[in-house]
Amino acid sequence: MKKMDNTTRYERLRERYMNGDLDRRTFLGLLGAAGAAYGVVTPYRAFAQDVSQVRFDGWGGVVSEAFRQYAFDPYTAETGIEVVDGTFGGGDEYLSRVKASQTGEYNIAHLSGVFDYARYDNLGLSSELNEDNIPNLQYVIPKLVDVFRKVSGGTLSCVPYDYGTTGLAYNRAHISDEEMQEKGAKILIDEAYKGKIAGWSDWRTRIWFASLQTGQDPNAAEDMDAVWDAIRAHRDLSLKYWTSGAELMSLLAEEEIYVTEGWSGRIYALQEQGHDIGYYDPPNGYGWQECLFVLKGSPMEAAEELLNFMLAPETSIAVAEGQNYPPALDPNKVELGEKIPTLPAFDPTGTLDGLTFADPEYWNSHEADWSKTFGRVQKGY
Amino acid sequence: MSVEAREARQPWILLSPALTAVTLLLLVPLCFIVIYSFWLRTATGADQAGFYLDNWAEALSDRFYRDILLNTLKIATITTAICALMGYPSAYFIARSRGNKAMLLLLLMLPFWISYIIRTMSWINILGVSGALNGVLTWTGIVDEPIQMLYNEATVILGLVHFLLPFMILNIFVSLDGIDVTLEDAANSLGATKWQAFLQVTLPLSLPGLAAGGLLCFVLGAGTYITPLVLGGPTDAMFANLVFEAIITQLNWPLGSALSLMLLAVLAVLVGIYNRYLGMAQLMKGLG
Repeated sequence: MKKMDNTTRYERLRERYMNGDLDRRTFLGLLGAAGAAYGVVTPYRAFAQDVSQVRFDGWGGVVSEAFRQYAFDPYTAETGIEVVDGTFGGGDEYLSRVKASQTGEYNIAHLSGVFDYARYDNLGLSSELNEDNIPNLQYVIPKLVDVFRKVSGGTLSCVPYDYGTTGLAYNRAHISDEEMQEKGAKILIDEAYKGKIAGWSDWRTRIWFASLQTGQDPNAAEDMDAVWDAIRAHRDLSLKYWTSGAELMSLLAEEEIYVTEGWSGRIYALQEQGHDIGYYDPPNGYGWQECLFVLKGSPMEAAEELLNFMLAPETSIAVAEGQNYPPALDPNKVELGEKIPTLPAFDPTGTLDGLTFADPEYWNSHEADWSKTFGRVQKGY
Repeated sequence: MSVEAREARQPWILLSPALTAVTLLLLVPLCFIVIYSFWLRTATGADQAGFYLDNWAEALSDRFYRDILLNTLKIATITTAICALMGYPSAYFIARSRGNKAMLLLLLMLPFWISYIIRTMSWINILGVSGALNGVLTWTGIVDEPIQMLYNEATVILGLVHFLLPFMILNIFVSLDGIDVTLEDAANSLGATKWQAFLQVTLPLSLPGLAAGGLLCFVLGAGTYITPLVLGGPTDAMFANLVFEAIITQLNWPLGSALSLMLLAVLAVLVGIYNRYLGMAQLMKGLG
């Protein structure tokens, strides 16, 4: 039987009233009840499966452009469901927005790192995906899926989507490839480049690179005093802490700085634009994977349909080529084309053994303390 | 109902939409912030409701917050002083100009049509290493290498002056425009030079406008966080940046609430001092 929509229901009610089947008092009473029900239900309409739009939040810039062009517009054309996309500068900022929102207001986010996934899970913001509705999940590198399952007790609130590295980006007119390979992460605290160094204002990244600069394991640093000293040294030599991918690209392209750490895809985009910017992943460089996370209270079927659409090899490859980050698709199962094997951080084996990822337990257990301490160190303390 | 009673009710009826808006959009959220400031942030980032004084103890006793607050007040004071020095001659010129006053005021308003963030970022294209100013300097041979002009306290103040100067000019203009120009003529006819007439007649009469503009510039300057974020260097933070970081980066809404109330209290004291000596009526006039 065809499901009756509200408009048809009201029209029939009105018809019965006009035909004299309903008295005026009953008619108005039913209308009032319908209005009240609508008012009560509207805030929770995200729970309903009959949805016309889904909200997606991501990193903006070339990444959002790629999503819009290769995923959202074709998805809307195929399903009629509109994707409203917003942007954020970092996972912390987005989490703060979600915390201030109503359940269902935000639906899907392009989160970075398993530690973010764990934080959202700890705050009770995770959903439970019905994997039967996402058959394209079979093409994803198993290792990427397993780490998320481990955090959320076997179920998934997200699908892995891409991965990349935060490596060292440098202006080759001023720093040679040989010098970069010789100095590695320590180039960020090299006096010779005072005033021409920058860094991301993200406490995790700062601590990661300071761990490398002090010869420690970034996932198990023991001498934190040395780490904070290295962060101070970097701060005193830096021109600026950048806060977004756009700012990172602008600082390098305008030659305001010669060296910084940077996101692999953004640096590749600069190289594509013709800038002579080198990119180097030092040993134990910062590897990360990004996922499409579905927040609790989202319209699940519509969200799962979008995730499945986005994981379809043709969509995923097109997005990856647009945003310059390798897709989470397993190269042993899917032919990835010509461009993707040339992207920085790409692993042709599909094992990702060459990348060091942040240990969520280690980083999240220090998050409150270190983020606050970094806030002070950053300002000269 | 008597005519008197109806007349007594009328202002409240007319004011009720504005009072409702102020209550719902300002007072109620402010109450939430006060309540939040006594909560605690747990290790996972969730809030723990209750009545704890930890955030206040930290905000009031930690030297870090005091130093940044003092630095913020310093930057706001310098910005206000520069705005006053630059704004007064401009306002005077507009107030005394004949015929094209409306056009000059329109030009003054023109920057408001562009987003504050865009206006702030425009300085990167002007003062950057490959920006317009360095381009001119290297092209004319004044310097061999581009000069590093951006990302320091001076550029933060520059950005703030750029943002706040129109507020100062408008306030001084309103004040100057209300002064009878024949007063200066009278002073001249009594033997005062033009400069003496300005110093002893016009300037004192325009001081309330200058003070109103100063208060506005100071309060807005002390509460900004975008300008130091865009134009500041690694250590050029202002107090509002601490609030932003506590709430957004550290997800510590309780501490962020305490810090924002602390800034609010300091600025409220300054507004109180202003009101005590000059009265808010002049500020309202300036805003009008």
